[in-house]
Amino acid sequence: MMDFVNIFLSDSFWAASLRIATPLIFGVLGALLCERSGVLNLGIEGIFVVGAMTGWMAVWLGAGLWGGVVVAALSGALFGLFHGILTVIFGLSQHVSGLGITLFGTSVASFTYRTALPQVSSPPRIEPFRALDIPILSDLPFIGPVLFQQTAMTWLALFLVAIVWWMMEKTALGVAIKAVGDNPDAVNAQGLSVIKLRMGSVIAGSALMALGGAFLTMSAFDAFFFGMVNGRGWICIALVIFASWQPGKALMGALLFGMFDALQVRLQTQAGAIIPGQIFLMAPYVLSIIALVIVARKADYPRALLTPWFKGQR
Amino acid sequence: MIQITQKENQSRWVSLGIPIVAAVLSLLLAAIPLAFTGASIPDAYVQMINGVFGSLFNFTEMLTRATPLIFTGLAAAIAFRAKLWNIGAEGQLYLGAMAAVWVGTGMVDGPPILMIPLVLAAGAIAGGLGMLGPALLKTRFGADEVVTSLLLNFIILIFLQMMLEGPLKDPMGLGWPQSEPIIDNAILPQLITRMRLHAGFILALGTAVVAYVILAMTVWGFKVRAVGENAAAARHAGIAVNKTYLAVAMASGALAGIAGVSEVAGLKGYLTADLSPGFGYTGIVVAMLAGLSPLGVIAASLFVASVFVGADSMSRAIGVSSFIADLIVSMSLICVLLGGFFARFNLRWDRNKGGGS
Amino acid sequence: MTKRFGSVVASDVIDLDLQHGEVLALLGENGAGKTTLMNMLFGQYTPDAGTVHVWDDAGNETILPAGQPQAAIDARIGMVHQHFTLAENLSVLDNILLGAEPLFSLVRHRRDAREKLTRLMDDSGLIAPLDTRVGDLTVGERQRVEILKALYRDVRILVLDEPTAVLTPQEADTMFASMRAMVDRGLSVIFISHKLHEVQAFSDRIAVLRHGRKTGEMVTKDANTGSIIRMMVGEDLKVPPRVAGVPKKPILELQDIHTSGAGGGQGLSRLNLTVRGGEIVGIAGVSGNGQSAFAGLVSGLVQPQSGAMSVSGKAMPKPNPKAMLDAGVGRIPEDRHHDGIVSAMSVAENLVIERLDAPDVQTRGFLRKTQIAAHAQDLTQKYDVRGPGIEARSALLSGGNIQKLILARVLETNPDLILANQPTRGLDFKAASEVSRRLFEARDRGAGVILISEDLDEVLSLADRILVMHDGHLQETDSRDRTVIGLMMAGGRVT
Repeated sequence: MMDFVNIFLSDSFWAASLRIATPLIFGVLGALLCERSGVLNLGIEGIFVVGAMTGWMAVWLGAGLWGGVVVAALSGALFGLFHGILTVIFGLSQHVSGLGITLFGTSVASFTYRTALPQVSSPPRIEPFRALDIPILSDLPFIGPVLFQQTAMTWLALFLVAIVWWMMEKTALGVAIKAVGDNPDAVNAQGLSVIKLRMGSVIAGSALMALGGAFLTMSAFDAFFFGMVNGRGWICIALVIFASWQPGKALMGALLFGMFDALQVRLQTQAGAIIPGQIFLMAPYVLSIIALVIVARKADYPRALLTPWFKGQR
Repeated sequence: MIQITQKENQSRWVSLGIPIVAAVLSLLLAAIPLAFTGASIPDAYVQMINGVFGSLFNFTEMLTRATPLIFTGLAAAIAFRAKLWNIGAEGQLYLGAMAAVWVGTGMVDGPPILMIPLVLAAGAIAGGLGMLGPALLKTRFGADEVVTSLLLNFIILIFLQMMLEGPLKDPMGLGWPQSEPIIDNAILPQLITRMRLHAGFILALGTAVVAYVILAMTVWGFKVRAVGENAAAARHAGIAVNKTYLAVAMASGALAGIAGVSEVAGLKGYLTADLSPGFGYTGIVVAMLAGLSPLGVIAASLFVASVFVGADSMSRAIGVSSFIADLIVSMSLICVLLGGFFARFNLRWDRNKGGGS
Repeated sequence: MTKRFGSVVASDVIDLDLQHGEVLALLGENGAGKTTLMNMLFGQYTPDAGTVHVWDDAGNETILPAGQPQAAIDARIGMVHQHFTLAENLSVLDNILLGAEPLFSLVRHRRDAREKLTRLMDDSGLIAPLDTRVGDLTVGERQRVEILKALYRDVRILVLDEPTAVLTPQEADTMFASMRAMVDRGLSVIFISHKLHEVQAFSDRIAVLRHGRKTGEMVTKDANTGSIIRMMVGEDLKVPPRVAGVPKKPILELQDIHTSGAGGGQGLSRLNLTVRGGEIVGIAGVSGNGQSAFAGLVSGLVQPQSGAMSVSGKAMPKPNPKAMLDAGVGRIPEDRHHDGIVSAMSVAENLVIERLDAPDVQTRGFLRKTQIAAHAQDLTQKYDVRGPGIEARSALLSGGNIQKLILARVLETNPDLILANQPTRGLDFKAASEVSRRLFEARDRGAGVILISEDLDEVLSLADRILVMHDGHLQETDSRDRTVIGLMMAGGRVT
């Protein structure tokens, strides 16, 4: 029992929670942007893979770490553009288009990687983001290691939470995005472009999603493996609903999730003899399902989610 | 700006032709990634075609590869017809395989006429239950079945590993995480000597026909279609919508489960964690290519299986990454989507003066 | 202005002009093309031919670029749509400011906006709570927000599409008074209506549309009622005087019913009602007062939380649609596309969808296709359902024909009780009188009919008994006076 409590007292646990939460923060922010404007983007899993591969590849080819971040974001934006054309402009099924983007994105990334780097015994590695050592702040007890020894990408994620929150709550653009996800006719009648608002949200949201993948290959690890995303994108889709499409709650949801994941690793080492390790591996997915079920009934889905809009339709 | 208006008449021939055009188009588009590999493009295509049609073995390999795809394709098609988004076919396939192995590796024995239906039934029930969960969460709690069925896949895969290292482990398996072999009486018989093609293929064809009949000609099929097209109107008309979702979920999961049984009891003979290279997900593409029609699923499965088998062969021959198969298949999905759009809508470019709103 | 939707000509070379400071009424029955014309003015639709010319106060002429709401807004034209264009998840203030403030500015000038709006609300008499979520407002309040949206943009030309469809008679009078006040300040107004008496009372000039063409134009005070009707409908409207029904045994009894609202809306409380065979019971009221919950109850979609419901003497404690159908209840839903038909399925399939276990529809679970087709041919002929054939998708049918399909489906089973929810909404006179005729027929054959309608005139012309729904309560009245009933619709209790 004491061992269990001790986990929560160790700063490495909290540091790990934040680190594990980071890709989810990017993903949930991205999904939130898309869905607030009325578009479900099930391409997130594939976009994570694309971001992971292109970001890593850019660094591998000499672009530098931030260059890799930019490349990853742009690739995500490109796939977002694709999804947007299919769903916003052509009004095709958002479910099918999203799944298609996931399959397409994953296969493009895998094919490109394998073609550029033929089979080797162990995947090549890059020099990833290192933990930032901020003078004085990093030496603070407890908060120091937890908060101030994260990598730059985690800081970027936290910064983006603030930016997205500010944009949605304090700017006219945020009002417009929220409106287009509720009633596109309202937006159109006021002279704004439904198409531009939705496309912009999907493209920007997808860029954020890609950053989630890039974090995996450029910060958490230093190489690209097939299957490394492992459902994180799908978990974000569940977490968005749990977060009620709000950036602040998104951060909390991702952190909560990160905590559970960090917890299961530590519990495995403690209870590994009695409970098979796989039970702990299941935990993140089971938790996501439970989180989803809890909020499902009352979830305030954007009213126009999944409904395509055409100008001048009778 | 682009003006989009719905076409008044949708020709049946166009609906039929679109998947074919999409399939051909995606094969042609494969030339683009091929160009980046430095391989000779005509050579690549020849190798692909050879990989499917070059010999009886190749051809039967393709049919064998199509067998689980027909089942998972049917699973997706039936579910999607009711607008029940079953993305969990991959997990349901493994549930079916596990059930087959649990029952068919010596727990009971009997003549094949008893054993084969037994393992099939076990797999169907296990798979059906696998989708029943997400369906119940949907009807009782309004939880989106896309996410729940998807996440369940990961859970089931981990569970599978647990089983293969535990209760289902073959003590004679030299330490590898694999199950005991299916007993002879439960094996789906070979169809052609020295080929891997097994009775599962015939079963798949028959199942597709039965699915078509049920969907088009029975009251239950009518209800499924009505619920899928407009659940509110169906409910208003007295159709038990939730019961329909649950029944569809069980049927869909059962079909995916049978895919698992077919692979274990017909092809491999025992269960490992890599039994399925994504048949569940590929089944979704198959269903979409088939326009959600059970008979179309047969054709679409043959196409997709050909792409994978052909690409495998090409990969071995000229060293191009076999991921090209996934590329081609996912591109065909997108092409079908776009094609369906162009069949239903007219596009017009309007020359309006400058900047829109 | 000309506009085609596929093979349907919605606007057939229409010329229209609006003078400064006048109220022009655009009159026509449902489907005449009034909304289409105005949507082209406002840029929601792009015309196939024709131009819009606008003159500003200095006399400068602009030709509006087609299909751009922003151009209309820049020309200071505003439109209040029949189906409100409001974002329910946002506040009143945000809805008004949507599109009225620069999208990419880093700050919002909300204080200035509030000041301007307070002034506007004082001037026009239209008050709305600025920080309340639109989703929490009543229908009348939402309409005020719609008008304020236009006023905030400094419109000179205001188009109102069927503004009184959702108001009580008193609220309608107030709204027209506000309109007059604004016209006196320099506003020019076009209002769309299909109600002749309203148009005659509140407009300066009338333009009549029929089947997409302008059939007449006149100064209101010179207008002759008979000639207007002929311009609207093409013939003299003979509305036969209502013959009273002969009530028989009770078919539906509702005792002390409480329900929660359908989809979070208004629920029912302490509802009592008895409907007998052979009578038409009309329920008047502004939508949003419990009509959806009531219709849901009788359709079997909404469960009563307490109270008792019985049909033909049989208690129904846990109703569902199938049970109500089996008990002899026929339902014509309010939203025919959402609840009435499966638009992707054929006419024949939609005709049998409520009777899937009947022996003439199926045998041992298999559909009897030939029987179903013969049945459909029969019904479409008998009820004059026109379209591309019984195997065609029902989405291809016009609104009037879809309603006839639903009528056919409901009436052919000879139900004991018919629930008709807004049955003539969106239909032209001919189709609407067809529906009324069928309801009278059913009543005279012994069925009990419940008519729910926003249109008070319809209730007055069809119903044997009149009840008013307000805030989830039903109150019966013997009065046939519009003012009295109007007061009840607004919640006034009449002794």
